[in-house]
Amino acid sequence: MSLFVDIRKKLGDFHLDVRFETTDNVLGLLGASGSGKSMTLKCIAGIEKPDAGKIVLHGVTLFDSEKRINLPPQKRNVGYLFQSYALFPNMNVRQNILCGLHGEKDKAVKERILAELLEMTQLQGFDKHRPHELSGGQQQRGALARILAGSPNLLMLDEPFSALDSQLRARLQVEMREMLKKFGKSVLMVTHDRTEAYRLCHQIALVDDGKILTQKNTKTLFADPESREAALMTGCKNIMDAEKTGEYELFVPAWGIHLTTALPLRDGLTAVGVRAHYFNAKTSHNRYPVRFVELIEEPFEHIFQFRYEGQAENTPTLWWHLPKDRMPREPYEVGIAPQNVLPLYGAGGR
Amino acid sequence: MDMFPLWNSLRVAVLSSVIVFFLGIFAAFYVSRLNRVAKGIVDVFLTLPLVLPPTVIGYFLLVTVGARRPLGMFFSEFGIQFVMTWYGGVLAAVVIAFPLMYRTARGAFESFDETLAYAGKTLGLSNSYIFWRIRMPYCRQGILAGLVLAFARALGEFGATVMLIGYTPGRTATISTTVYHLWRIGDDSGAFRWVMINLAISAVVLLAVNMLERKNRRAVIR
Repeated sequence: MSLFVDIRKKLGDFHLDVRFETTDNVLGLLGASGSGKSMTLKCIAGIEKPDAGKIVLHGVTLFDSEKRINLPPQKRNVGYLFQSYALFPNMNVRQNILCGLHGEKDKAVKERILAELLEMTQLQGFDKHRPHELSGGQQQRGALARILAGSPNLLMLDEPFSALDSQLRARLQVEMREMLKKFGKSVLMVTHDRTEAYRLCHQIALVDDGKILTQKNTKTLFADPESREAALMTGCKNIMDAEKTGEYELFVPAWGIHLTTALPLRDGLTAVGVRAHYFNAKTSHNRYPVRFVELIEEPFEHIFQFRYEGQAENTPTLWWHLPKDRMPREPYEVGIAPQNVLPLYGAGGR
Repeated sequence: MDMFPLWNSLRVAVLSSVIVFFLGIFAAFYVSRLNRVAKGIVDVFLTLPLVLPPTVIGYFLLVTVGARRPLGMFFSEFGIQFVMTWYGGVLAAVVIAFPLMYRTARGAFESFDETLAYAGKTLGLSNSYIFWRIRMPYCRQGILAGLVLAFARALGEFGATVMLIGYTPGRTATISTTVYHLWRIGDDSGAFRWVMINLAISAVVLLAVNMLERKNRRAVIR
């Protein structure tokens, strides 16, 4: 265990109550804005003080309300990459990075580390530039170099790509993945973008309204979200109340269909989810006739909206994302592979 | 021509500007971090000297630091006397000029991006480093503007000054009290000379500030 967090904080009507731990890998906090993700990071950094709880990093207690421990941010050795990068505007890149190296007294060592960091972040030749003369990506790398200069025990990234345009974003996500690998210690990343979380995080904790819904391995979370909220937050477009009817079979009254699953079903099943990409015109599994409702054209795919033949009135249409060259033909029939039928448990009817 | 008023005005204005600079900055810094209610109350109190007539301030100063008042007696223990001395001129100028420095600096501090301070803290930088090397440079435009206003106001202070230290040639006379005195005794040309001197000082100060600002701006762009 390298980071343990269990904190509570009240802010007006909002209650933050999160508990999670992580080892030396990248943990993503995924949730909507205002769900308490950034507040959690601020509490870990020591910028905000939780009302109660405990934060332990690498065996060092950063905060403990019972033992009245509350280390100042300066003593926590936690790297925090802010959404705006927070490079000091009155200093050039070199001076900014040296701010992270203030603990190192040996001048030669300082220069060596500085050169290494500039190389690693591809900022050689930019050391005399001021932050506003750099591109968004360069600013981000400069801020990262400044943080890594102090060799922190934990790196926290707050929506690191939200200030960049989408073209640059994908490229920088790949770069960031490489840099995080080199960093090698715990990384905590806050994001509202599930694709970003999927690309960069080994584990994901879903944050909703100040609480952690679940924490799972990234691939597992997307393959088996288990709850209605988790399915929604991982982007599942088709969710409907369902009943268990067999070990591998469930019934969806509103759609009027039975579905077989690959996962054995437990008691307490309340709903089923099917991702919009996972309908299939070819498979014979879970295949039912449907009525075409509307087609939405996207740049690189179609959204085919449909209803099952026996579907109840007043229930939402289903969404199917499919490549443009694979339009289904009449009479329309749609199947779902059993491993793509997501059984969802727990309360939370509509 | 006796140049004492020039020398006295300059030392009063410079000294009070230095004092107001630090007082104003620290007051502004702490007030900018207060909650809304406390800020409103403290703000009224600290800004009062700006809206009160200077003679009223002078009156308040006389009743607080006068020779027979507790505070005045406290200071005279240390050999400091405010009534009828040039120290008193500094005190009057400090009180009068303070709100200008305080209000402009507070505006500057409130526009500061607090994330920069947070970033400094997580990097392990001390609070005083963050204040002097990050917060102050970020806010320098507003702070410089406040300092200029405070200096100009201190240089031109008349009402509270004349109440507290009067006009004694060679001891408490400042440019503004000298102009008033010379005008009253009918020495028009003498008054005019001092008016011109005052204009020259003000012009030099404003020029210096403009040059400083331009240099700053170039440094940022480069």
